[in-house]
Amino acid sequence: MHSFGYRANSLLTFAVTILAVMCAMASFSDNLNTPSPSSQVEVLSINWFQRQPNGNDEVSMTLNISANLQSMFTWNTKQVFVFLAAEYATPKNSLNQVSLWDGIIPSKEHAKFWIHTTNKYRFTDQGSNLRGKEFNLTLHWHVMPKTGKMFADKIVMTGFRLPEEYR
Amino acid sequence: MDWQGQKLAEQLMQTLLLAFAVVAFVAGYWLGSFQMMLLIYAGGVALTTLITVPNWPFFNRHPLKWLDPSEVDRHPKPQPVKSKKKPTKQK
Repeated sequence: MHSFGYRANSLLTFAVTILAVMCAMASFSDNLNTPSPSSQVEVLSINWFQRQPNGNDEVSMTLNISANLQSMFTWNTKQVFVFLAAEYATPKNSLNQVSLWDGIIPSKEHAKFWIHTTNKYRFTDQGSNLRGKEFNLTLHWHVMPKTGKMFADKIVMTGFRLPEEYR
Repeated sequence: MDWQGQKLAEQLMQTLLLAFAVVAFVAGYWLGSFQMMLLIYAGGVALTTLITVPNWPFFNRHPLKWLDPSEVDRHPKPQPVKSKKKPTKQK
């Protein structure tokens, strides 16, 4: 190879190409991981349940959210983004998903957690359909890698119901 | 660098980089640390650069044999052949 610059360029290009291949292999190795997450949510209390002046229902509740997402962390995981959504159907929309709470889990140690909180984001309907409404609470997560493909999945928890009357 | 040296440098570069990549990936996967993989590989790239890019003496063990200046007169430089230009026909 003819000159210093030629060799340096050749080495750098080859090194970066190999680095790309290594990152692809690292991302692929995430497929070998079989996660076994678990979670549980309790609605402790309904704080208030009103119809807003613009005609939309709104409810505030206190939740106990506990989950174990430790099996989702691999060597190629940067963080796990998790959020809890209330899901229900109305005559106008076949599926409504309202995000109530979210958080970022930065490491495996933090992935087994229990949290007692009111809903971080407002639970507001498009309209006035929430009285006596049955809804699911679904825990969604996104496993964000250091390099490569992001995996997303969820656990659906059914059996929740809002009160029949405003309070 | 002479021709043999260039070949050696290229082979060394490719082999060393691939070897360090394999070692880095296996070490990183085994230790469960992405950062270790990158550190080992970066070290390997730096080492390979030091070995193959500068013009070390061991790349010059088969130097080219240039013609001695005193021989120049005995072997005259060949002259290029002068060709007549063909006139272009116009119809």
